Amino acid sequence: MNRSSLPGIVYSLPGIAWLSFFFLIPYIIIIIYSFLTPGIYGGVTLPFSLESYTRMLTSPGYWELLWQTVWISVMATVICLGLSLPVAYYIATSKRKNLLLTLVVIPFWTNFLVRIFAWMLVLGRTGLVNSFLLWTGLIEQPLQLMYRPATVIVVIVYMYLPYMILPLYSSIEKFDFTLLEAGMDLGANRNEAILKVLIPSIKGGIIAGVILVFIPALGSYAIPDLVGGTEGAMLGNLIAKQLTVARNWPSSSAISMIFLLISTLGLLVYLRMNAIQARVRRFRVREDYMKEQEQ
Amino acid sequence: METRKTIGKRRFSSLVTLGVFLLLYIPIVSLIVLSFNSARQGVMWTGFTLNWYVRLFSSPDIWRSFMNTVIVALVASTVATIIGTLSAIGIYWYRFKSRKYFQILIYTPLIIPDILMGVSMLIFFAALKVPLGLGTVIIAHITFCISYVTIVVITRLEDFDYSVVEAARDLGARSFQVFVKVIIPIIVPGIVAGFLLSVTLSVDDFVITFFVAGPGATTLPLRIYSMIKFGVSPVINALSTLLIGGTLMTALLARRFRKLIIG
Repeated sequence: MNRSSLPGIVYSLPGIAWLSFFFLIPYIIIIIYSFLTPGIYGGVTLPFSLESYTRMLTSPGYWELLWQTVWISVMATVICLGLSLPVAYYIATSKRKNLLLTLVVIPFWTNFLVRIFAWMLVLGRTGLVNSFLLWTGLIEQPLQLMYRPATVIVVIVYMYLPYMILPLYSSIEKFDFTLLEAGMDLGANRNEAILKVLIPSIKGGIIAGVILVFIPALGSYAIPDLVGGTEGAMLGNLIAKQLTVARNWPSSSAISMIFLLISTLGLLVYLRMNAIQARVRRFRVREDYMKEQEQ
Repeated sequence: METRKTIGKRRFSSLVTLGVFLLLYIPIVSLIVLSFNSARQGVMWTGFTLNWYVRLFSSPDIWRSFMNTVIVALVASTVATIIGTLSAIGIYWYRFKSRKYFQILIYTPLIIPDILMGVSMLIFFAALKVPLGLGTVIIAHITFCISYVTIVVITRLEDFDYSVVEAARDLGARSFQVFVKVIIPIIVPGIVAGFLLSVTLSVDDFVITFFVAGPGATTLPLRIYSMIKFGVSPVINALSTLLIGGTLMTALLARRFRKLIIG
């Protein structure tokens, strides 16, 4: 195909211009700001300094919050994976795939804040769980289910579950189930066959799901803000506080850098995986072609 | 399929699936039920009422934020759909020098956490001394919608045979004619899907809007946030129920529409 490069640039120009100006430049600005000195009423002034970074990295409070943020996100991702594997497997082997998939995504269409609020109704002091437990007589005083790290984990799992189920479903769906039988014929029991044959061949879906859940979990702001209280705070809350309450732009920018780093890393892993898969596919095509030639 | 039956009865996975579906639906269903409950607090049923809906519709604040949400969603989605569609055509069909750079630029917003985008845009607007308001909200929404539209349109282009474009050109059509008379009609379903996705993303967004909205630019999610944060009342249940109903209707409409076009 002989295509000149001019139309490509013409078509892409509005997008390139818009995203460069409103997406790329803001990031460059916060990278620069993280190395500047905070102004008195917000904003930044010269000189360049590493103060925001040294203050952040030497503060024990920061390390605790970073640890809590990573820990909450890891737990939420692991629980999502644990729940999604059987669900995706069930849906992929079911006769009513479309219905079940629709049921998975319907809650997902519901407004983000509404879903958080729905959990406050379930877990609050006078909420569903406490009312039920009081009614059965299992407890006499309502339990404190809100404003804990565990509350944040539960709500994050709820929010991002479809992000895990959908990629897992699409890779299990493509899986050739006769391979499981072959494994079982060769002496593996069913669980062994699932663990050693199914799981390795859906690795792509697992990695995609983990990235899709872990990165937004890490960047959570509204969830810990509404259901986490002070005990369940995460890094996102600190960034917002530094920006809007303390009005310390360099500090807020410096904390943002860690997110930028992790997200970019996630994207690179994802792109790399796609590239590897594409290469494998190409390789297979070439093999088939060569076989045909031999015949 | 025959082979799948031999795998086992799927007892474990069906139990987990049942549990997950309960987990997914209990919060939402209880919220809907409670919007008709006359009790001011708690989940004990004290009688049916439409009081919270009456209160909801008589609140001027909520109407104003509803209008803001509609304006932002329509303007942002329209602009994002135009830019995103053009970008998809450019990226998918053509090879040019800055293509790799552009691809990274398109895919990064999908993976960057919302808070980061909100903070960086707020600092950007503040650095340029742009007053925050509905305009900044619209700019922010366009920025995150472009990537989604591009991806949706690209998936449509993947099923599209480029030789059709070449045929049109061989028959004497000029670039602009090819674009309007050949390319656009074929990818319309992708464009519509991208537009609807943008609308839902825009209506749903809280975090980015929270940072870039100025006074007077309160959208529905911002209103819900302040209602949750300062003084919970069952009016939120009523509003939430209507939002759930609204999104369900939109989704069903989108499905019908897609069937209508694809045939």
